Amino acid sequence: MGQTFSEKILGAKAGKSARAGEIVTVSPDFILSHDNTAAIIKEFRKLEIERVKCAEKIVIVLDHVVPASSEKHALNHKEIREFVKEQGIPHFFDVHHGICHQVFSENGFALPGKLIVGADSHTTSYGAFGAFSAGIGRSEAASVWATDEIWLRVPETVRVELSGNLPEMVFAKDVILRIIGDQGADRANYKAVEFAGPAVEKFTLASRLVMANMSAEMGAKNGYFVPDEKTLSWLQDRARSEFQVMESDPDADYEDVLAYDVSAIDPQVACPHTVDNVRPVTEVEGTPFHEALIGTCTNGRLEDLKVSSQILKGRRVHPGIRVLIIPASREEYLRAMQEGYLEILVDAGCLILNPGCGPCLGAHQGILAPGEVALSTANRNFRGRMGSRDSAIYLASPATVAASALEGKITDPRKYA
Amino acid sequence: MRKGKVWKYGDDVNTDVIFPGKYTYSVLAPEEIAKHALEDLDPEFARKVRPGDVIVAGKNFGCGSSREQAATCLKYAGIQAVVAKSFARIFFRNAINQGLPVVQCSEAADKIENGEEISIDFSRGLIRAAKGVFGFAPLPESILRILDAGGLIPYTKTKIERKKELGDKHA
Repeated sequence: MGQTFSEKILGAKAGKSARAGEIVTVSPDFILSHDNTAAIIKEFRKLEIERVKCAEKIVIVLDHVVPASSEKHALNHKEIREFVKEQGIPHFFDVHHGICHQVFSENGFALPGKLIVGADSHTTSYGAFGAFSAGIGRSEAASVWATDEIWLRVPETVRVELSGNLPEMVFAKDVILRIIGDQGADRANYKAVEFAGPAVEKFTLASRLVMANMSAEMGAKNGYFVPDEKTLSWLQDRARSEFQVMESDPDADYEDVLAYDVSAIDPQVACPHTVDNVRPVTEVEGTPFHEALIGTCTNGRLEDLKVSSQILKGRRVHPGIRVLIIPASREEYLRAMQEGYLEILVDAGCLILNPGCGPCLGAHQGILAPGEVALSTANRNFRGRMGSRDSAIYLASPATVAASALEGKITDPRKYA
Repeated sequence: MRKGKVWKYGDDVNTDVIFPGKYTYSVLAPEEIAKHALEDLDPEFARKVRPGDVIVAGKNFGCGSSREQAATCLKYAGIQAVVAKSFARIFFRNAINQGLPVVQCSEAADKIENGEEISIDFSRGLIRAAKGVFGFAPLPESILRILDAGGLIPYTKTKIERKKELGDKHA
């Protein structure tokens, strides 16, 4: 019996043959953290050692509350900057770079065959490039800084075979929402999700990032795409180090294989208050909302801003709502500016905010009041996440959010194809 | 083995309702974190919880964010253990790493009722409740060692110190 990608990479890192269910102790290639680095530093200090073991493996990106919105947040950032200097951590990205998962990818840390852990649940994103990447907590991050090792259970793998062609105004976001809606929020708990099949190679890297990112919403430990020509060409001028493509054997042992024909998928919407409460847009059309958000680590990339601007070009957003646009990174911001997308969006009445997590986690920049409803391109819609516990969040693709922004109520984007 | 009162909740209790994201970078001391425990799920909880109480819930407890405060707030609120049908993986790790015992037992999660008093025998893997005694698989030895040390940080600290002592002896 062959091995899955996760069995291969964790086995290779542990220096032995590894099978699903076993626990291995491994040394990760990179450890990511963001504004929570200040909390990790506090845990690290309790260990009473002076130096982190491998400073060059630590990647820190400030993105959650940038720039600082209060004295407490400012102090957090200050402590992180001081620690970076003290420990000589070379890979530090201050508040002006963008969302950690986008910045980490753009800067060539997310590479095929790398083992990455991050103190953020959406660390699953780097599976888009064929890396093994999983979220961990802050005590663990501090412990890895100190010891350069972590225990991981080798996950079983659920393979998702995608076939067909995406219909007009249907995107990777709709596909992953449909899968999560069908399979449930815990379908892949403790497991790896491998996206494969003929439809996958047609997906851009940005679209693969959407799906690997949201595999966390099925509970996945990691998501995975086989690296292909698109991956290698994307990485050509970005890769920080050498890498080795690893993929599952043809006779690998999968826990389950799910098949989806993407040609049959409609635009989807995740309704309050769970990500697996998914319905076709046609069933929720007409639902009013107050705030639209296009951005986040799920959907703030150039292709998302492009389709939004195509829909909003020459039109005005509905006067009753506010539309927030947050490019995922400085790089995406700059490209969207050069392409003219931002001008179209501003002209349509959108508000452009600086790259970062924005209001996605309810810390600043567009908090919801009691009774308010948001339509967002983010990955989570848990009760109270964007502000008041009496607010609600719907999740959809950038196209659905842009079309809905024009009408002030949830709208089928195919109307604007 | 102390008895604890049960706070019962449903499936998919997520980290945002356990500890809201808006506090993650502004509420820092564990005792303060505990004051917001389950704020968006059960606003009464933080005020009424007593040391030794137990949370009993359905499947996928702790899904969502990697924020460790979701475990910290329950521990410092005095929660003795969380019993659930299943746990989201990062919460599971965070709970162990914070020294908060987690017990996976579907039958107990179904049959135990809100407000009743139960006791948990971790070494033998038994929950004593009104409707009977429920067995669960005790956690693996390697994980129990982290729990016994009071969490991952004290565990790692001891490990580093031992390593250093050994190194000094051989030097």
